[in-house]
Amino acid sequence: MQRSATLTEADRLMTICNSCRYCEGLCAVFPAMEIRRAFTSGDLNYFANLCHSCGACYVDCQFSPPHEFDVRVPAVLAKARRESYADYAWPRALAPLFRSNGLAIALITVLSIAAFILGFVALNDSAALFARRHGPGSFYALMPHNMMALLFGAAFLWAVVAFVNGARAFWNDIGEQASTLARPRPLLQAVRDAASLRYLDGGGVGCYNEDERPNDNRRLYHHLTFYGFLLCFASTSVATLYHYLLHREAPYPFWDLPVVLGTLGGLGIMIGPIGLYAAKRKRDAALMDPASRGMDVAFLAMLVLTGVTGLAVLLLRETSAMGVLLALHLGAVFALFITLPYGKFVHGLYRFMALVRYARERHSAERGEHAT
Amino acid sequence: MTGNGDIADHSLAYDVVVVGGGNAALCAAIAARRAGASVIVLEAASKFYRGGNTRHTRNMRCAHDAATATLSGPYTEDEFWDDLLRVTEGQTNEQLARMMIRESKEMLTWIVEQGVRFQPSLGGTLSLGRTNSFFLGGGRAMLNALYLTAERLGVEVHYESEVVALDIDQARFCAAIVRRGERCIRIRGKALVAAAGGFESNIDKLVEGWGEIARNFLIRGTPNNRGTVLDLLLGAGVDSIGDPTQCHAVAIDARAPKYDGGIITRLDCVVFGIVVNNKAERFYDEGEDVWPKRYAIWGRLVAAQPDQIAYIIFDSKSANLFMPSLYPAVAASSIGELAGQLGLDPDRLSATVTQFNAAVRDGTFNPDILDDCHTEGLTPTKSHWARRIDTGPYYAYPVRPGITFTYLGVRVDHEARMMMKGGGPADNMYAAGEIMAGNVLGRGYAAGIGMTIGSVFGRIAGRGAARHAA
Repeated sequence: MQRSATLTEADRLMTICNSCRYCEGLCAVFPAMEIRRAFTSGDLNYFANLCHSCGACYVDCQFSPPHEFDVRVPAVLAKARRESYADYAWPRALAPLFRSNGLAIALITVLSIAAFILGFVALNDSAALFARRHGPGSFYALMPHNMMALLFGAAFLWAVVAFVNGARAFWNDIGEQASTLARPRPLLQAVRDAASLRYLDGGGVGCYNEDERPNDNRRLYHHLTFYGFLLCFASTSVATLYHYLLHREAPYPFWDLPVVLGTLGGLGIMIGPIGLYAAKRKRDAALMDPASRGMDVAFLAMLVLTGVTGLAVLLLRETSAMGVLLALHLGAVFALFITLPYGKFVHGLYRFMALVRYARERHSAERGEHAT
Repeated sequence: MTGNGDIADHSLAYDVVVVGGGNAALCAAIAARRAGASVIVLEAASKFYRGGNTRHTRNMRCAHDAATATLSGPYTEDEFWDDLLRVTEGQTNEQLARMMIRESKEMLTWIVEQGVRFQPSLGGTLSLGRTNSFFLGGGRAMLNALYLTAERLGVEVHYESEVVALDIDQARFCAAIVRRGERCIRIRGKALVAAAGGFESNIDKLVEGWGEIARNFLIRGTPNNRGTVLDLLLGAGVDSIGDPTQCHAVAIDARAPKYDGGIITRLDCVVFGIVVNNKAERFYDEGEDVWPKRYAIWGRLVAAQPDQIAYIIFDSKSANLFMPSLYPAVAASSIGELAGQLGLDPDRLSATVTQFNAAVRDGTFNPDILDDCHTEGLTPTKSHWARRIDTGPYYAYPVRPGITFTYLGVRVDHEARMMMKGGGPADNMYAAGEIMAGNVLGRGYAAGIGMTIGSVFGRIAGRGAARHAA
């Protein structure tokens, strides 16, 4: 297969880096590179997804622009990463969603929200949308719980199937065996590395953003976002258990577990993405892939929208605004779920898998096995 | 020299004027500032290219009595001295060298206090993991840390500020004249630290020492080491040290840019093949000793060949035995075809290879030791790692002399103070780094020692210069 211009450039850069190796202590990408002498397209996509874009190798590089060797590892790997997402997309017909991702996500979200508002109106009479409601079951007066569960269950299932297929495509491309995913040591190591964002620290001082002064803000905001997302997910899961096992219907009191988890998570997915966006605005353009911007911002905006509308429902759930807010929130969440496989979210999947592969390679090297 | 009428006076006078922007300059600036002096750093390069050859370095050699988090074992002062004595073949000032080695111990902690970070030795660095401390992220990362610290302390840093003249009265520094674009500015100071590197980027000066062949040399590092400050000092009566006709030269890829190709253009495959000149003739024992002990002679060897070019020839058996480098090897399915691609006479190259192959005596090939694979009845002989070049595809790298640094410098005393030709130390002029390296490193090289010279003498010079202001 013809190698893309981006991977050709990534190959040129990795050949330079492999001849230098000054950055080998900064992150996982360079040690992974060093155990190879020539790079397949799969190798380069593996490096691209292993890179956390901390920027340290750019700031430390004696050959970055204006040097004629024009070494821009973070930007080129970011571009390769974005292109790889489209390559791994399932079904293939939806790969073009990555092309103008910001616009695509925005349209899907608007359509989704509109569908929920119209749906509420269609299910009930239009006045019902603005009625004040109290107590358990008030949400389900607008949309029956089973319908809600079916709709969101289907969206979630769709996302899971797309992730599994994307993951298989990535694993095949980088040439890693399926059995690696069954080895506990690499998996556990990758979980630790991902959970702590070990490689988003510039080799110990923090990642680089607007200049050669490192700070750790992006890691902090990413933690808020990631753990906020997990808390929201946990909130929904607990609520589902309440519903089916304890037969307790939402809304729940403020002190109850789904609300506490959801509130903390909602704050996380509001503050985290806003912080990441602010850092991105100030970030040196030389460290980024300009064409990824739409995708990045769309995902951050989706998270904030989900968090804001969720918290608004919580605060105003006993007012006449509840109906519209619930439609907004459910529309946002639905759009978020169906677009998860076609946006920035997939970086977490492929990066985690790249970390598993890296942990396996390190482990193999320690045991004297062949690396790849 | 620019007429005084054209020169504007800089509004401020400084306690210490540091000329240069590399490791030595920054260590001097930081040490002087920490001692309470007001400090200005005059760097000829732009912000990106700041730091001269420090940008291309990776480690420093410091003595230590016990293993550390990043060093695998002790490296005593005596062992360091023995290594220095061996590589310089005695061309060193023992008093200065021993003082530097002693001070290098403290440098391991001092430089970390200035923000520089070390990494444990990894794959590419194992053979130096005990003696040398590696900068996390390399030389530019080290520079970035030093600049951040200097700026935080209040050192004033001026880029694109080349010193074109020095106002020196007898043995006393008064001011530096700096060119900024079209204008010249006089910057007055109570003391000078000259840390502006050698003259390896000044081809005309290299020609003075080496003749016209120097025009075919490549410069591995910064294009800014033109020796201007060194010339100004020697012209003002400072005593010199080191052989003006010598420089550290290795064989690097001939396709490298004229300047600043750095580490990635070096080639480590000489020991695995044969090296021929443009007459397709061998000229030196490629397997004389292990590569780390021999790589520094090949620049000189290639410089002595016609047109200052040579070709490393090897076959597919050796293709993966050495560190990769920037440019791919020239490849061909036969020696004749390879010669054609290199512009060599195919018959001659084939004859040289055939002759070499016939002289190879089989042994047990082992790239990690001085093995018993050698030639017999061949001149020049190949003492180790001699294997027939008979398994295609065949490969070649064209190589030229790549100059790392020069040895000529200013003579200094144990306080890093310049010595005058007439005898006695200068009043308020100090030097650190490559500009005075010849005091301890009269010839040869040991990995990381340039940075040791820069940091240790930089710190001493900075402190000494600061005392003039107090």
